[in-house]
Amino acid sequence: MTAPAQPAPAAVRSSLAGRSLPAWAPWTIVGVAIAVGLLAGVSTGLNVALGIVLGVLVALVAVPAVSTVVEGGRRARDRLATLLVTLAFALALLPLLSVLITVVDNGTARFDATFLTDDMRGVVGEGGGALHAIVGTLEITAAATLISVPIGVLCAVYLVEYGGGRWLARAITLLVDVMTGVPSIVAGLFAYALFSIFFGPGIRFGIGGAVALSVLMIPVVIRSVEEMLKLVPNELREAAYALGVPKWLTVVRVVLRTAAAGIATGVTIAISRVIGETAPLLIIAGATTRTNYDIFDGRMETLPIFTYQSLMNPGARPEFGVDRAWAAALTLIIIVMLLNLVARLISRFFSLPSGR
Amino acid sequence: MTKPATAPSGPPSGDAPPGDAEPGGSPAQPQSSPHAVPVARSARRFGDLLFSGAATLAGLSIVVTLAAVFLFLIGQGFPAFTADAEDLPGEQNFAAYVAPLLFGTVWAAVIALVVAAPLAIGIALFISHYAPRRLAQGLGYLVDLLAAVPSVVYGAWGIVFLAPHAVPVYRWLERYFGWLPFFDGPTSATGRTMLTAGLVLAVMILPIMTAINREVFLQTPRLLEEAAMALGATRWETIRMTVLPFGRSGIISAGMLGLGRALGETLAVAMVLSATDVITVNVISSTNPATIAANIALDFPDSSGLAVDALIASGLVLFALTFVVNYIARVIVARRREFSGANA
Repeated sequence: MTAPAQPAPAAVRSSLAGRSLPAWAPWTIVGVAIAVGLLAGVSTGLNVALGIVLGVLVALVAVPAVSTVVEGGRRARDRLATLLVTLAFALALLPLLSVLITVVDNGTARFDATFLTDDMRGVVGEGGGALHAIVGTLEITAAATLISVPIGVLCAVYLVEYGGGRWLARAITLLVDVMTGVPSIVAGLFAYALFSIFFGPGIRFGIGGAVALSVLMIPVVIRSVEEMLKLVPNELREAAYALGVPKWLTVVRVVLRTAAAGIATGVTIAISRVIGETAPLLIIAGATTRTNYDIFDGRMETLPIFTYQSLMNPGARPEFGVDRAWAAALTLIIIVMLLNLVARLISRFFSLPSGR
Repeated sequence: MTKPATAPSGPPSGDAPPGDAEPGGSPAQPQSSPHAVPVARSARRFGDLLFSGAATLAGLSIVVTLAAVFLFLIGQGFPAFTADAEDLPGEQNFAAYVAPLLFGTVWAAVIALVVAAPLAIGIALFISHYAPRRLAQGLGYLVDLLAAVPSVVYGAWGIVFLAPHAVPVYRWLERYFGWLPFFDGPTSATGRTMLTAGLVLAVMILPIMTAINREVFLQTPRLLEEAAMALGATRWETIRMTVLPFGRSGIISAGMLGLGRALGETLAVAMVLSATDVITVNVISSTNPATIAANIALDFPDSSGLAVDALIASGLVLFALTFVVNYIARVIVARRREFSGANA
C-alpha cells in the first residue's frame, strides 16, 4: 500500500538536489588513472615515476570532466580543487620519504659499533668512526643549551609577566621574530668576529660554536616558552597573589611550574633544530680528526661537519669516506628524530591536566 | 605582594600593576599587610627586584645581540669595503665581488619561493579544511618533520638523489622550452644546477610556510565560512570567498618568511650547486652563480687576511637583506594580529 507514495519524496529530492557523483566515484577514477599510468610505465619500459605522473595528470583531467558532465561546472571546480590540494600534500611527503629512504639505505652500510666508538685519527681508507664528531656535537649542543635556556626562559618571562605590552616588550617581540630568521652562517660569522677580537684571527674552538648556535636557539626557545606561559591560566597567578606570595615566587613556583612540561618540549624542539646546524660550526668550530673533549681549546668535529666533509672530500679511498658520511647523516637523523619523539612524549605525559 | 587590595583581579599577563613591573618603581602602599615582618618584606622586595631585573636584562640581551651582530660584522668586514681591488679575491672591488653572489642568492630564493608558495597553501588548506579532523594534527606533524631534517642531509640528498633524477627532466625542458631564457641549455650532466638548488630550498622552506598558512587559515571566522556554505557554496567556493581573502596578509608574510629562510640557507646550496661567478638566469646549465651563504661556507675555511674580511662583509650584506625581508614579514603579521582580533 505504501508503494505508490514511495517514489514521490525521492523524486522531489532529486529534482531539488540535482545529480551528484557517488562518494566513491572520484577516488575510483584517480585510482584507476594512476594504476593505468603505472601499468603503462612498467609495460612500455618507460620510467615508473613518469607513468605515475601521467596517471595523476589524467586523473586531474578526468575527474573534473566526468563531474562537469554529471554535476555541472561548479561542482567540477570543487572536485578539481580537492584533488589539487590533496596532491600538494602528497607532493610534500615525497621528499620526506625520499630523504629518509636515501639516508637509511646508504647509511646502514657503516652504521656499526666501530663507527660509534672510533675517531678518524690516522684513518686513511677503511674503518674509522665518528666518535670525535658525536662528542663534539653533544658538547657544543649542550653548551648552547646551557647558554640559551636561561636567557630564553627569562626573556619569555619578561615578555609575558613583566613586559605587559609596553613598547620595549613589543620591540623585543618583533626582534625575536626577526632573530629567528638570522641566517645560520651569519651567526657563525658573528661568533668568529666576536672571538677573533679577543683571540686573534683564525680562532677555532667549540665554545664559539656554542655561542653561534645560541644566537639561533634563543629566539626559538623564547617563542615556545612565551606560548606556554601565555597558556597558564590567570586564576593561578591571582590565587598565588591572594595568598600573599611575591610576584617573583609566583612566577617561579606557579607559572613556570605549570608550564614546565611545555617548556621542556619547546627546549627539546629547539635543541633538535640547532643540533643539525652545519654552517656556523664550519666557520668557528672547525674540523679535526681526533677526539677533542675540551670545548674551550682547539678545533672540534661535529656530526654535520663530518657528514659534509666526508661527502665532499672523501679522501684517497672515496667509497669508505662516502659510506662514513651517510652513516654520520643517519646518526644525525636518528638523534634529531629521537629528540622530536622525546618532545612529544614529554608534552603528552607530563603536561598538567588543564581545561583546554 | 603588597597590594592585594588595589589589584583585586591580580596582574594578568597583559597589564601588570606598575609597582610590580618596574624594578625601581614607586614604593608600594605601606599599610596593606600589617602583620608582615619588615625583614621578610624587604627580602621579598629584593627577590622581586632581582628577578624582574634579570628578566628585563634577558629581554634587553636580544636587542644587544642583534645590535652586536651588526656591529661586529661591520667592524670585521669594514676593511673589505675600502680595500683596493687587487687585494680582494678575484681582483675586483667589493661591489663587483658581491654582485653575482647577491644575484645568485636572490635568484635561488625566488625559485624556491615560486615552487614552495602554491604547495604550502595547498598543504595548509589540506590540513586545515580537507583532511579528516582526527588526522589533521598528525599530518601537520609529518610536515613539521621536514623542518627537522638537517640541511647537510638535504644537501647530500640533493647531490645523490635529486640531481641525477632531475637530469632527464632538464633535458626535456631544454628540448621543448629551450626558447625560454631559463631553460636555454646546455643541460648540466650532473644535474647540480640552480633549479636543483631551488628545489631543495623549496623543500626546506615548506614547513615554515605551511605552518603559518595553516595558522592563518584556521583563524578564519567560523561564521563567514558557515554563511558561505549556507548560501550553497561548494567547499572550494567557501575557501575562495572566505578563507583566502581573510588569510591574504598571512599568505604574504609566510612567503616573506620562506624567502628569508631561503636567502640564508647555506650548506644545502653549497653542496648541491656547482658555482662559478657569473650572472645568468639559465637554471639548468652547469654554470651557475653562487649564493652569498654558500660562498662563505665554501671559501671561509681556507681563507685568511683580507679574504676573510671580504667574506664577513658579504655576510653583512646577507644579514641586512634577510633582516629587511623578515622585518617586513613580521610587521605584516603583527599588524594583522592587532587589527583582526582573531587570535585572543
